[in-house]
Amino acid sequence: MEFITIKETAHKLKNKDISIHELYEIFIKRTNNNLDLNAYIYFNEEKIHQQLSAHSATTNLLNGIPIAIKDLFCTKSMPTTAASKILKDFQSPYESFVTQKLLNQGAIFMGKTNCDEFAMGSANTTSYFGNVINPLSSKDKPLVPGGSSGGSAAAVAAKLCLGATGTDTGGSIRQPASFCGIVGIKPTYGLCSRWGVVAFASSLDQAGIFANNVEDSALLMEGIAGYDPNDSTSANVNVPNYCQSINTDLAGKTVGIPSEYNVQGIPEEISIVWEKAIKKLESGGVKIKRISLPHTKYALPTYYIIAPAEASSNLARYDGVKYGFRSELFSSLDDMYELTRREGFGKEVKRRILIGTYVLSSGYYDAYYLKAQKVRKLIANDFENAFRECDFILTPTTPSAAFPIGDKEDDPIKMYLNDIFTVPASLAGIPGISIPFGKSNNGLPLGIQLLSKHFDEQTIFNVASFLEKNND
Amino acid sequence: MINLIKGKTSDWETIIGLEIHAQVKSNSKLFSSASTKFGSDPNSQVSLVDAAMPGMLPVINEYCIRQAVKTGLGLHAKINHYSVFDRKNYFYADLPQGYQISQYKYPIVGEGKVIIDFKDGNSKEIRIIRLHLEQDAGKSIHDQNPTKTFVDLNRSGIALMEIVSEPDLRSAEEVALYIGKIRSILMYLDTCDGNMQEGSIRADVNISVRKPGDDYGTRCEIKNLNSIKFIKQAIEYESRRQINILEDGGKIEQNTLLFNVQSGKTKPMRSKEEAHDYRYFPDPDLLPLELEDKFIKDIKEEIPELPDQRKKRYIDEFKLSNYDSSILTAEKEISDFFDLVLFTHKELRSSAKLVVNWITSELFSILNKNEINISKSPISPDYLGKLVLMITGNKISGKIAKDVFEEMFNSNKSPNDIVKERGLIQVTNTNEIELIINEILEANKDKVADYKSGKKKLLGFFVGQAMKLSQGKANPKILNDLLLEKLS
Repeated sequence: MEFITIKETAHKLKNKDISIHELYEIFIKRTNNNLDLNAYIYFNEEKIHQQLSAHSATTNLLNGIPIAIKDLFCTKSMPTTAASKILKDFQSPYESFVTQKLLNQGAIFMGKTNCDEFAMGSANTTSYFGNVINPLSSKDKPLVPGGSSGGSAAAVAAKLCLGATGTDTGGSIRQPASFCGIVGIKPTYGLCSRWGVVAFASSLDQAGIFANNVEDSALLMEGIAGYDPNDSTSANVNVPNYCQSINTDLAGKTVGIPSEYNVQGIPEEISIVWEKAIKKLESGGVKIKRISLPHTKYALPTYYIIAPAEASSNLARYDGVKYGFRSELFSSLDDMYELTRREGFGKEVKRRILIGTYVLSSGYYDAYYLKAQKVRKLIANDFENAFRECDFILTPTTPSAAFPIGDKEDDPIKMYLNDIFTVPASLAGIPGISIPFGKSNNGLPLGIQLLSKHFDEQTIFNVASFLEKNND
Repeated sequence: MINLIKGKTSDWETIIGLEIHAQVKSNSKLFSSASTKFGSDPNSQVSLVDAAMPGMLPVINEYCIRQAVKTGLGLHAKINHYSVFDRKNYFYADLPQGYQISQYKYPIVGEGKVIIDFKDGNSKEIRIIRLHLEQDAGKSIHDQNPTKTFVDLNRSGIALMEIVSEPDLRSAEEVALYIGKIRSILMYLDTCDGNMQEGSIRADVNISVRKPGDDYGTRCEIKNLNSIKFIKQAIEYESRRQINILEDGGKIEQNTLLFNVQSGKTKPMRSKEEAHDYRYFPDPDLLPLELEDKFIKDIKEEIPELPDQRKKRYIDEFKLSNYDSSILTAEKEISDFFDLVLFTHKELRSSAKLVVNWITSELFSILNKNEINISKSPISPDYLGKLVLMITGNKISGKIAKDVFEEMFNSNKSPNDIVKERGLIQVTNTNEIELIINEILEANKDKVADYKSGKKKLLGFFVGQAMKLSQGKANPKILNDLLLEKLS
């Protein structure tokens, strides 16, 4: 039996076609057979059995469904490391808002998935617990799963669970979803609470979902969205029944195709997939509108000022004083900070802390951080203007398919370019989904990205569902 | 008022600006629900937010916002409808987040003013630049172990109001008056408990010196002073230090200083190389704070009568002096006591000055001697009023009133009961007094003769003798008048 989608599995559990214990034997076995992917930082069969013995069946669709949790979400039953040495033994005494919602609905946690350290990376190669292997790789040439939520994407793609949480700051859900050939959604900033999620860049971080199809992603999105008074940036909006409301009749809708995403040097295979998706939409009665998002080219540099700036401050709390790793050899307080942070953080995290510290420094603040905030506003305005002309926007998710582990490691700029299509939506705070749509010349999946207005997740679920059904 | 310090070569003027940190009176912290109670066991009032656990987020405490707005209104200041919380980044063991949430470019309260009153009846206006909200830090405890430092986070995250003045202060005296006035206003408003011993009010003092008429000199900042006595000492030491440097041809280096209570000297806190770059930026975990008109209006309606208004009322209604009025209103509890005396005994309004004298001399001295706060005075406003009424009604003399007062303090009895029990009612019967006078004049014929031959000073002697004979109960005025009549 396959057990790939939530709907099908929930149905079989309800009809007693399979017992919950039998179901988890399958998933545990799958996981044990795929340990070489290194998708999980924490996987403990005992913990799964504990959850199963405490489990009671309800009619909720997520009841009994195996979910993997990115190791950035604090969980009471399992450690939380953010893939960093500095938190390697951290046990949270609280449950994040998002994971608590999943638990309340009866979901079972398979484990904590690997990711880039503090979600800083695009290849899942910065994790203290080692890199993750894309399950679509051939044996001789391991590929990256994308990042930062690489473990979650790999776990879903390898069917080690039926869905996974991720966090997306500049593309950390959509890019790995694209690389692993699955669905990944980053909702509107503020739709999901950040309470209990280890912070990278607070004004950009947003929880989201990986799933094997659009319906499941909609279902899971409903499951984790919702207002939380403990997060001041959480939006007090009604969460619709995305899944039930999916409507693939797109006749009369308008799609915006931003010319700026046709960047120089974009591989032909990407353009081909993009064009194919446009054609499909056209055949579904969607009007095609060529639009302009004029400030797109500034998005990446803007992002690499704002995100590191916030990170440099957010990560100051990891100082060895209160919890987490503390270096043993020190002779003074300053010494303890220096050694703890030198040994506790990896190279990429340190790089971003340094960038962030620099751009906030007195004398540089106006030239970098303040200017970046202004540009961010212009980028958000671009989208606002665009959505006066169209209902949603279609772009490629990434400028390439998954690449071999080790590539781009010597050049951070090359690595950062992975996020070129995903970062603008993050800066604007609008929702974006990536769905697999076509293949590269090497037969690797390529993703297509759909963007819509703030809190209009329904539209991108509708369009994503349409494209999923018409993907040949 | 000009306060100049004499130097070797010229006179010098001290220029002082203050940053007062006042703890907001509130049950819970600025961004968490942990308690703010003072003196609890270390680390017993620390929420996950206060300890900066991973993924924890601040949520603004609306009550602290109300308190800050209320304080702003009490300082006649502009309330900003839009303000922003920023992060001030630095590392210290008792700063769990690695940053303090504060307000930098957009504070909640803008320009305001405070009036200080001098003993000679003069007043001076001190301009406030701003008031902003920020988190207090925890405490590092260095004296419990020779090699270890302990951290107590109970204070971490408690709301502070930083009240920044213009450099309008010119002496340690003015600074003491200014802090006293701010403290008084906060306590009237009930936005700070005013307890300096528990650190509820601390101040950073910015100080420079100049020759009168010159531009401002380079200033130094003395950090974290928590008593008026030390603030005065620090200012006096520091201004003298700066004058000495300048008179010797030196230059003042802008510096952050600490005042050593033992040595009475200031010394630099850190060297230039160690100077902090706080890397302020808006806290992305918090949205800008936007206040609606109605919110501010509602708070305005809650503002009680403040010291300046009370003072004006005392001057206008009771014809009290500026100085008496400011003494009374400096502490809300004193002023409340005074108000209660006059509210209970409206007939005393024309003798308000006498009531003031009784409060500021007899009552203050007996309370101080016994270390009792006026709010817990064994002599109630009602009884004090009754006592004063007996004086103004010529029932007892001021001298006897003092004895009665003593007994009131010790026995909690009403003055009327004491006077009755001890038979202290003043003699106003002219015949009775005349008999006493006659007896005295009869017994001192020689002195009467001396008086009549010009020794007018002897009048006091006769008054004293007659008073003694009456056991102090004779009405002094009647006694005096009758004596003069008899001797003429």
